[in-house]
Amino acid sequence: MNKVLEVRNLSKIYGPGCPHCIESTGPEADTNLCPHCGSVVAIHDVSFDLFEGEILGVMGESGSGKSTVVKALYFDQAPSGGEAIFFDGDTQHELFALNAARQRWLRNHRFGMVYQNPNLGLNFNISAGGNIAERLLMSDLMDYGAIRERAKALLARTEVLLSRVDDLPKHFSGGMQQRVQIAKALATQPPLLFLDEVTTGLDLSVQARILDLILEIQQELKTAMVVVTHDLGVIRLLTGRAIVMKYGRVIETGLTDQILEDPQHAYTQRLVASAL
Amino acid sequence: MNPPILQVEGYAKHFQLHEQNKLIPSSHNVSLTVRSGELTALIGPTGAGKSSVLKGIYRTYLPSAGRMLYRDALGHELDLALAGEHQILELRRREIGFVTQFLHCLPRQPTLDVVAQPLFGLGVARPEARQRAADLLSAMSLPERLWSVSPATFSGGERQRVNLARGFIARPRLLLLDEPTASLDPKTAECVIGLIEGLKAGGTAMLAIFHHPETTRRLADQVVELAPPPAVETLLKEIA
Repeated sequence: MNKVLEVRNLSKIYGPGCPHCIESTGPEADTNLCPHCGSVVAIHDVSFDLFEGEILGVMGESGSGKSTVVKALYFDQAPSGGEAIFFDGDTQHELFALNAARQRWLRNHRFGMVYQNPNLGLNFNISAGGNIAERLLMSDLMDYGAIRERAKALLARTEVLLSRVDDLPKHFSGGMQQRVQIAKALATQPPLLFLDEVTTGLDLSVQARILDLILEIQQELKTAMVVVTHDLGVIRLLTGRAIVMKYGRVIETGLTDQILEDPQHAYTQRLVASAL
Repeated sequence: MNPPILQVEGYAKHFQLHEQNKLIPSSHNVSLTVRSGELTALIGPTGAGKSSVLKGIYRTYLPSAGRMLYRDALGHELDLALAGEHQILELRRREIGFVTQFLHCLPRQPTLDVVAQPLFGLGVARPEARQRAADLLSAMSLPERLWSVSPATFSGGERQRVNLARGFIARPRLLLLDEPTASLDPKTAECVIGLIEGLKAGGTAMLAIFHHPETTRRLADQVVELAPPPAVETLLKEIA
């Protein structure tokens, strides 16, 4: 099995930061807000490995920092510290040491991201097909006919009606917008995909189809994924391993069934016991 | 005698519930051996921690004490209690199967795909995997009209057959079975017993929880009887 991603001691602090930030925040302090300088310690000391074809769950309540982890790895937000190595075939990329152009290249070619809010992942003012074409263009596919064919194939794959290829995503339902986002993220067949609360807020039946789709993609393309969600059902059905976060720190990691059936940390025990 | 592929020595499991500040004993001082092509039966009263032994081996539970030495297909020996998470996931994918009493599957997934899932994971082509799932389901006389729908609405006995078929399909080297015939009618139970015998003959090692002495007598090469774990007070003294 090949390693795809290695994250070490990732941290992100919003605000000036001070020498007391770390000791004054976290699960024991019961806050992520530093009382001395008012900075928010969104994440601190987050480490994990991800292998080819593996789905890792990042779980925790709102404010636990779980989204910040994927946003840092996708270069949406620069981290305050730590490192991440992306293994791409024979090449290793030290993500946070790359210049902006190289980071953009990786983002457009080798990574995919699906946001909870389709607004962030899609351009609502161009057609569904156009959204996908945009990503293909960024990844150097230039032939119009080839791009259009590819876009159609991707939308068909994610079960978006082909008759709506030229419609604007803002006129789509939430579930369909998510499927266009997934099609767009998959356009370059990236080996690494980030999914941030992708099924939150969707109808249960739509959720099920999206989960189906994600698992099929994982099995077909061996895509490694980091799935951020507060939904324990999604964690159980999609992921093999999971990390549990609270106030920016990882408090527990393990195989998903072990975390759900034999949680070790008091907080995880409470979280699992509260699930419907 | 066939070579052992799993040796459990002094396994114990207790749960530490932080919120209530309670220690719950589950399994205590369990030792057993499972050999390839043989079945070891776990028997004992409810609450003796039988399921917790299976879950400890599969790493659904983190063991509190003991060693679980497993010899893999390449002949390497490793302690399942200490193995890395990725090692365990790889073993689950290739070598170790677990049929629990619960069926977790994706919503709306057709039964045929639920059963074929372990083969999909091993990279078997979908049509072939589905064909093998169909063969197995018809051997267990699950009506064909149910194959294309999700098991969500199935009866207990129907679900159990789906669960068993999914556990059997990839012919794992080690198969853990939690009361495999519990909610089956006598005829279907008979058929499942036949399939278990077939797996044994094919070399699969099995560790199974049984409640019926008759099933135990027919299938088990070894029987391990568990006693309920000691009271919390005794356990606390031991740990201290």
